[in-house]
Amino acid sequence: MAFSPETHAAAAEIIARYPAGRSRSALLPLLHLVQAEQNCVTTEGVQFCAEQLGLTAAEVGAVATFYTMYKRRPVGDYLVSVCTNLSCALLGGDEVFARVAEQLGVGHDETTADGSITLEHAECLAACDYAPVMTVNYEFYDQVDPDSAEAIVTGLRAGERPVPTRGGPLCSFAETSRQLAGFADPRPEGVAGPGVGEPSVAGLLLAEADGWTAEQAPAPLVPAAAQASKDAQAEAGASAPVPAPAGALVTGSTERKGN
Amino acid sequence: MPVTPVLTRRWNTPESWTIDTYRRLDGYVAARTALAGDPDDLIKLIKDSGLRGRGGAGFPTGMKWGFIPQGDGKPHYLVINADEGEPGTCKDAPLMKADPHSLVEGIIIASYAVRANRAFVYLRGELIHAARRMRAAVAEAYEAGFLGRNILGSGFDLDLVVHSGAGAYICGEETALLDSLEGRRGQPRLRPPFPATHGLYASPTVVNNVETIASVPFIVNHGVDWFRSMGRERSPGPKIYSLSGHVTRPGQYEAPMGTTLRELLELAGGVRGGRKLKAWTPGGSSTPMLTADHLDAPLDFEGMQEAGSLLGTAALMIMDETTDMLKVVRRLTQFYAHESCGKCTPCREGTSWMVQILSRIERGQGDAEDVDTLVDACDNIFGRAFCALADGATSPIVSGIKYFRDEFIPVSAVTTKPESSKTTPDGAAAGDDAAAAPGAYAGAH
Repeated sequence: MAFSPETHAAAAEIIARYPAGRSRSALLPLLHLVQAEQNCVTTEGVQFCAEQLGLTAAEVGAVATFYTMYKRRPVGDYLVSVCTNLSCALLGGDEVFARVAEQLGVGHDETTADGSITLEHAECLAACDYAPVMTVNYEFYDQVDPDSAEAIVTGLRAGERPVPTRGGPLCSFAETSRQLAGFADPRPEGVAGPGVGEPSVAGLLLAEADGWTAEQAPAPLVPAAAQASKDAQAEAGASAPVPAPAGALVTGSTERKGN
Repeated sequence: MPVTPVLTRRWNTPESWTIDTYRRLDGYVAARTALAGDPDDLIKLIKDSGLRGRGGAGFPTGMKWGFIPQGDGKPHYLVINADEGEPGTCKDAPLMKADPHSLVEGIIIASYAVRANRAFVYLRGELIHAARRMRAAVAEAYEAGFLGRNILGSGFDLDLVVHSGAGAYICGEETALLDSLEGRRGQPRLRPPFPATHGLYASPTVVNNVETIASVPFIVNHGVDWFRSMGRERSPGPKIYSLSGHVTRPGQYEAPMGTTLRELLELAGGVRGGRKLKAWTPGGSSTPMLTADHLDAPLDFEGMQEAGSLLGTAALMIMDETTDMLKVVRRLTQFYAHESCGKCTPCREGTSWMVQILSRIERGQGDAEDVDTLVDACDNIFGRAFCALADGATSPIVSGIKYFRDEFIPVSAVTTKPESSKTTPDGAAAGDDAAAAPGAYAGAH
């Protein structure tokens, strides 16, 4: 397929973000753009990028093959990534990966026969405090176990879009790739989707329990020791039931609203 | 011990990522102050504050800004390293999602100080939601006149682009990041020359971490004495400590520099299930592991060096007494083998050979000399590559053997665990890798 005039226009818009004479900086977003069109980076996509930037196909190919997010075979509508790096592995990330692999009948970097779901194991996804984590098209499903991960994948196979714990509502891999090329998420609910949950504000919840609020200028010191040690003694393994001021999004309960 | 909500201050406020919330909570006050003053005074302010880079190396931020040659007629650039990927590190992603405007405001002030009219946020590709929030914040800041031409009537122009990467840990290394931002493979450059004179497009460039730059508006607003009221003399200020692994309440705990793991564990409810602490990383997988003997070592740049490790990104991965250190070290070494960019032979070859040796020991097929071979290989990798990835790759092995040598001695065939035939994430090791079996890392989760 030839790339459409819209894709050419999008490419021009990407290139315009970078200083004059420095158009090569647009290469990574352009590769995300062609991946959005074809669900992987094809030789045609490489050629398109090369033409836009006045590079050779070899120069573009060398870059495309360096980065793990550019795929050489078509990705399904959903890219399921299971983190198996240390913090997730300590809490069962490998078992999550094994279960999903068994369920889908595919291994790392493989796609189901119907072409709908691609599985990969991921290196650390910068969400270690929510371990073990799994992402679908890079939206987070936190603190998964083999059963909950299987349920999410079952939903995907049934044509549903299970709501991520954090991130925007699921969209297709192509739509995600377009956002990676630097285009805004057209859905208002995209940016509004939860960004942080309880672990991200764990320290803040202790401060709030001591009566601190964000309305105050940043106080250098908020005592939190008494509350924390009391919690630690009172319960081993559960979340701290700390009161939160009105208007706070995360209240330290098991309810996961996030921000 | 105290917590100090500074950088994390707005994270639990409804719609904290919007410019309205940000402005209600002191947002863009510091930018106004800064742009009304002399850029050199800002560099002096940051020097006096003692702020040190929060990305791992701890280089004094004000000094880095001061290295940018002024009046050289070349364009200057500010590049934010938001390529968060060091295993265990998870502080910049929530910051950009919950409080993106604090980073935007820090960028405005820092760019004004070093006379940069273009800034880039090099954001890790996988962090798509952080990218949404950052791009929305940048659009709001343009709309409100905090970015673009003649910002707040100061005559200062600044354009800011959020640039998503594409999955490469090495791009967290600043010169590899610059190559990647120039549209190349992310491979580190030989230094000197340093980015301060030959950075992006061979022009003077400051590369700073997200948390570092988000600290700047607070220092402008509240001053050097306030900043130095937290932390220790040579490592002042608040720090976001990230606790993960076998801990009761994993999460982000912002506390003064120099807080100890014992204090942080108390805040986080201790080791899960009341178990004993076995090992921990102070600042991500590239920092040598420590043990329960180091619970009272101050978590700042000096304190961690004295303890034989590094502060890194203050990413504390907690491992309890049930943890199999051989599997931990093998897993982390696989990570470095996967992420080595391949430029330097000791790192490229060394990491993959060490994975093979560790996997062999794990299968019960190692021999008595393997431990010495690993140590010897690390000696020949450390300091022999362009960048710190290679040094970091040796940290888990050297520290693991230092504290848990017995666990690296090959076990006899009799005690070898049954092999698993499940699909494993370990590629070449699939089929004979015990790590795919449940409970491989810890006796009970």
